[in-house]
Amino acid sequence: MQQRRIIFKHIDEPGYTNDLACYQRNGGYDVLRKAVARPPAELIDEVKKSGVRGRGGAGFPAGVKWNLVDRKSGKPIYLVVNADESEPGTFKDRYIIHQDPHQLIEGTMITCFANNVKQAYIYIRGEMPEGARILERAIAEARAANLVGPNILGTGYSCEIYVHRGAGAYICGEETGLIESLEGKRANPRIKPPYFPAVLGLYQCPTIVNNVETICHVKHIIDMGGEAFAKIGTPNNTGTRIYCVSGHVQRPGYYEFECGKITLGQLLNDVCGGPRPGRAFKAVIPGGSSSKILRFGETFTLKNKDGSTRTLAVEDIPMDFDTLAACGTMGGSGGVIVMDDTVNMVEALANINAFYAHESCGQCTPCREGSLWMKRITARMVHGAARAEDAALLKNVADQIPGRTICAMGEACAWPTQSYVEKFPEDFGNYYETKKTPRPAGAPQLV
Amino acid sequence: MNLKPETLKQIDEVITHYAAKRSATLPLLHLIQEDIGHIPDEAIEWVAAKLELEPINVYEVVTFYPMFKRKPVGRRHIKVCRTLSCALMGSYKVCDTFKKEFGVELDEVTPDGEVTIEFVECLASCGTAPVVMINETLHENVDEQKAVDLANEIK
Ligand SMILES: NC(=O)C1=CN([C@@H]2O[C@H](COP(=O)(O)OP(=O)(O)OC[C@H]3O[C@@H](n4cnc5c(N)ncnc54)[C@H](O)[C@@H]3O)[C@@H](O)[C@H]2O)C=CC1
Ligand SMILES: Cc1cc2nc3c(=O)[nH]c(=O)nc-3n(C[C@H](O)[C@H](O)[C@H](O)COP(=O)(O)O)c2cc1C
Ligand code: SF4
Ligand code: FES
Repeated sequence: MQQRRIIFKHIDEPGYTNDLACYQRNGGYDVLRKAVARPPAELIDEVKKSGVRGRGGAGFPAGVKWNLVDRKSGKPIYLVVNADESEPGTFKDRYIIHQDPHQLIEGTMITCFANNVKQAYIYIRGEMPEGARILERAIAEARAANLVGPNILGTGYSCEIYVHRGAGAYICGEETGLIESLEGKRANPRIKPPYFPAVLGLYQCPTIVNNVETICHVKHIIDMGGEAFAKIGTPNNTGTRIYCVSGHVQRPGYYEFECGKITLGQLLNDVCGGPRPGRAFKAVIPGGSSSKILRFGETFTLKNKDGSTRTLAVEDIPMDFDTLAACGTMGGSGGVIVMDDTVNMVEALANINAFYAHESCGQCTPCREGSLWMKRITARMVHGAARAEDAALLKNVADQIPGRTICAMGEACAWPTQSYVEKFPEDFGNYYETKKTPRPAGAPQLV
Repeated sequence: MNLKPETLKQIDEVITHYAAKRSATLPLLHLIQEDIGHIPDEAIEWVAAKLELEPINVYEVVTFYPMFKRKPVGRRHIKVCRTLSCALMGSYKVCDTFKKEFGVELDEVTPDGEVTIEFVECLASCGTAPVVMINETLHENVDEQKAVDLANEIK
């Protein structure tokens, strides 16, 4: 399987450095130069035509989102680049920021120009101090070269970019929590509607929030044209996607492919080298820790456009937004976490539940209490106090959370429990007894 | 509270980045913590006065974000990733190794004030699990042996 590296073209390339000179030697900022000579509405149109969907996880079309921005309010429009990258299993934005920061800055400036934004913020998670410094240095270089700041490239258009650091809270990745955090408050998400950032965002002004990878795509869309971009990938799932693979495979890492042109099986077996010696795959999380888990061996019967049906094994699922959704999970943030047959799913869930219980902001009772209860139940199971009713109880708690909370963290914390319990009844149903047998040799401790 | 002149300069600069002063709360707390190591009460009051807020506005922020520390931590702050991808690759053993090497429990400070170990959530480097951050440096593919080596470098 051949990668199609557009965004990661220069990542890990020997001799490629993250300074302005190197970026410009490789054609950097040529696209911005061309973009600022075009009418902004035309640029928005290209992005719309490209069909590019948000790489932060929800897959909402970026061009549609830009068109929803309230341009009549008379208030300034802000851009916030979401570099919080906090979904477990996701680690692509880190490499863009560390190795090719100017690509992100060029994409940011084009997005700002297209949307008449005068002030942009890159919200980077607190745990990436080096990334923040790299970005700050890159912005300073670009400013000195008249690519950021007042009167860029002599066009009369001015725009500043600032880096804003988070401080270790996952919920800052949720766009409205992020905005609260950027306003200097606790990152308590706001209810949508009415607080869609496009209408009421930073300082109650219209605000575009896009993921780092989405913003990088903008540069390439303007470069090649929206229609050409739309031909990459598969219909409704255009462009390339970066898949971050971690866990029990021989070659974990980041791989960029045309969206939907690679199956999960090809990714894990051909690209990542398959399971570790002597092991078999047991389960895979396809789009960040909050996506519903897939069990090797299960099959999915999907409807074709002509009304007929097709049956897919886990290995056959193309890695696009739509097919993964049709299989009851999601492409999410592109973080693929693989578990082999050494893993007991109760322990894996206990690990994930501890994460979500730690990260709930606490505003909504179902998320705050539910995530804590799910953590407690799985923890007691693992620590030798499982009760016969625990599997049913876990499902009962999880089922009461989704749809009853302010933000999608409610879904994010419930989906793992719902899917693990449903798909691995033997691990959960028998945990009371199996707990008494020791972990198999080579099995990791997860809680 | 005695902030370095350099810190004060950076504080005045960063406030200009925002249309509303309150937005500078996190940046100011970061700068102060980098300078003096943690966020004592007087820092909360100082930030509130500087940004024309009530101390409670700053206090509630400090207590929300795990990276802000109300008490001093060790000069070497070791953060081991606890979350799934790292755990699958052995981060619990790595964390135990550090605890044993320094004879200290999680979130405590060694008696000489040198080391604190924290078991943190995903550091966005899951492909090179297990990962450990020591102050601002990320260490990748840390197995038990590498943990011992890193501990020896610190000792
Ligand atoms: N990358 C990461 O680290 C993480 C990603 N996620 C992902 O985040 C996803 C959920 O994100 P949400 O922002 O809650 O999804 P969402 O579906 O509410 O929104 C997606 C985007 O479309 C915009 N939007 C949708 N309808 C709109 C309308 N009518 N008007 C204006 N704008 C509109 C939203 O503002 C947002 O920017 C999950 O699917 C998950 O995959 C979750 C955790 C971490
Ligand atoms: C709990 C939670 C955490 C999120 N964390 C992130 C994140 O770390 N990075 C990100 O880009 N989007 C994250 N999102 C999605 C954002 O809310 C938003 O949809 C995204 O930034 C929009 O950008 P995009 O359209 O380019 O994907 C998160 C959503 C939720 C519900
Ligand atoms: S769902 Fe959870 S994280 Fe989201 S606002 Fe409610 S309590 Fe906070
Ligand atoms: S799980 Fe450890 S870095 Fe993501």
